[in-house]
Amino acid sequence: MSGLLERLRLPLARLRSGDGPAARTSGFADRERGPGGSAFWVMVQKEFGDHIRSWRFIILLAIVTLACIGSIYASITALKDAQEAATGSGTEIDSSFLFLKMFTVSDGSLPNFLTFLSFLAPLIGIAIGFDSINSERNKGTLSRVMSQPVYRDDFLNAKFVAGLLLIAVVVFSLGFLVMGMGLLTIGYPPTPEEFWRVVVALVITTVYVGLWLNLSLLFSVRFKQAATSALSGIAVWIFFLVFYGMIVNLVSNATAPGDAADAAAYVSQQNWMMLLQRLSPAYLFQEAASTLLLPDVRTLNPFVTQDQAYLALNAPLSFGQSLLLVWPQVVAIVAETAVSFAASYVAFMRQEIRSRS
Amino acid sequence: MEAGVIELKQLTKKYGEFTAVDRLDLTIRQGEIFGLLGPNGAGKTTTILMMLGLTEPTSGSATVCGLDATRQPMLVKRRVGYMPDDIGFYDDRSGLDNLVYTARLNGVPEKDARERAMLLLEKVGLADAARKKTGAYSRGMRQRLGLADVLIKRPDVIILDEPTLGIDPEGVRELLVLIREMSRTEGLTVLLSSHHLHQVQQICDRVGLFVKGRLIAAGDLDTLSRELDGGPTHLVEIDVGGWDSALEETLLSLEGVLAVNRCETDALSGSGAGDASSDLATIRVASGVDVTASLASAVVSSGASLLGLRPTRYGLDDIYHRYFEGGDSHERTS
Repeated sequence: MSGLLERLRLPLARLRSGDGPAARTSGFADRERGPGGSAFWVMVQKEFGDHIRSWRFIILLAIVTLACIGSIYASITALKDAQEAATGSGTEIDSSFLFLKMFTVSDGSLPNFLTFLSFLAPLIGIAIGFDSINSERNKGTLSRVMSQPVYRDDFLNAKFVAGLLLIAVVVFSLGFLVMGMGLLTIGYPPTPEEFWRVVVALVITTVYVGLWLNLSLLFSVRFKQAATSALSGIAVWIFFLVFYGMIVNLVSNATAPGDAADAAAYVSQQNWMMLLQRLSPAYLFQEAASTLLLPDVRTLNPFVTQDQAYLALNAPLSFGQSLLLVWPQVVAIVAETAVSFAASYVAFMRQEIRSRS
Repeated sequence: MEAGVIELKQLTKKYGEFTAVDRLDLTIRQGEIFGLLGPNGAGKTTTILMMLGLTEPTSGSATVCGLDATRQPMLVKRRVGYMPDDIGFYDDRSGLDNLVYTARLNGVPEKDARERAMLLLEKVGLADAARKKTGAYSRGMRQRLGLADVLIKRPDVIILDEPTLGIDPEGVRELLVLIREMSRTEGLTVLLSSHHLHQVQQICDRVGLFVKGRLIAAGDLDTLSRELDGGPTHLVEIDVGGWDSALEETLLSLEGVLAVNRCETDALSGSGAGDASSDLATIRVASGVDVTASLASAVVSSGASLLGLRPTRYGLDDIYHRYFEGGDSHERTS
């Protein structure tokens, strides 16, 4: 473990050596990094170790792994059925992007991998972050750490970086697990394009979980009780998962133009609703990940004119084009992450640190 | 006065309307043990936080080791060890791990950190529990681990906030002895805050009385009691058989005696003596100088029987208490 971190540290430490918040006087920056490495990476290392050893993480990993195995089973059954049906009728099965289908199809008994991931990802983020600051405060360790020569923002950053590292490890190992198991069972190797599509989808998932991690960090800074912060995190999660879509529908119904023939008004209203819908990180993630894993998705616009539909080539998008299509979504997720991190940063920097209060 | 290790000048901290620390001036010299005494909520912790740069003062300055604590908190924190009251450790890590972590935050390489930690654990008597999780430590063990935690960065100054809180008397004694030893052998400057006066007076070179954000008096014990009222510094308790007002007059007329009070014989000593104790009295004589010998001879020569004589120095408790008794009427500012 420490070997991995050691290797991780090198490029990042190099990357970091150039930066520094305004409070940092450049003359002291060199003194901060003693032979033991900077305090920041010591903290990241410790946080990472704490997460790995915690029961919470083991339980979470068990849930997510089960979900993955279930979804692989469902998708493989679906693929086999399709294969049998195709052989029965004497037609050739559509084998294009067969490998990607493992992530997106299902025989209906269980949701597919993508759905599972979009459902469980926020839970991982919330579970990792919800008590990171307030539990340290309640245990009295925050004031002890703060009285060491450690920048206050490093503490928060270390929490975030350690959480994100952990999330990346989990998401990628699960993704590769699904790939590997699929490879074994269906025996159909991925093309490089398919492989990269999966990898980028996993990166986006990591960023998305990072957003939830940040949100729960914010709650853990804001609320003194870990339970309150966990509940608020879960409340936001459920809000976006269940209620947000309903609310947008309600608004959409209420604001629908009276004149059904007024196409322009109708289109503009739909565009507004789309914008509202896209405020939700869950929706953004759904769009981004499914576009990457389903190359057939050619557009994310709610409206396609007849001319466009008629003239468009009936072929899957290339990887680069898919990536281009989801770029705004990815930027939006990153922006939302940045906003919630900034909020927790400001809140944390302004707080007075006393023992257990 | 030479330049102090810790110098506070007109230090003020306000929380809205409430003034937690009010224009505090304080100098702590190299190598001394200074006790910051005051009731809960007097502003002790706030003052300490400002010395470490963890809280910004509203006005005034705090200089520690020649560094401005507000401007250069990093350098200050490198040289100052701080033990918060009610110190917390990572419960699911061993005591050793907790110490190593602190050392590594201070830039000590892992291997050195381990050696230092074991050495310190030995010193504070926790070598056997080094690999036990701190969650299973007792209160006293946690405080001792806290002391090791403070010392692992090899500080010049250590600040202990309520180090004796919640430990049994024997534990307090051990801890205080440990603190004094460390201070003497390593030349550490120690600032400790407490509201347990008599515990602190055992080891402090100087104390400062801190009430409502103000330092009302500072100095060693004798100076302190003189500073307050120029009042008595000595107190003698005498058990006398055959107490009368004539004897009281005699005692009062003695040189240096400031007050003579008869106090209630306490229930424990009275119960055994029965009826005979009716004329037995315990008298407290307060004086500015040591008058024990002349008191004894005065009592004996007056014909009363001298049953007991206990010279006690005026403790901080009394000084403290007196301040609060007189505080309202005098409305003293230092």
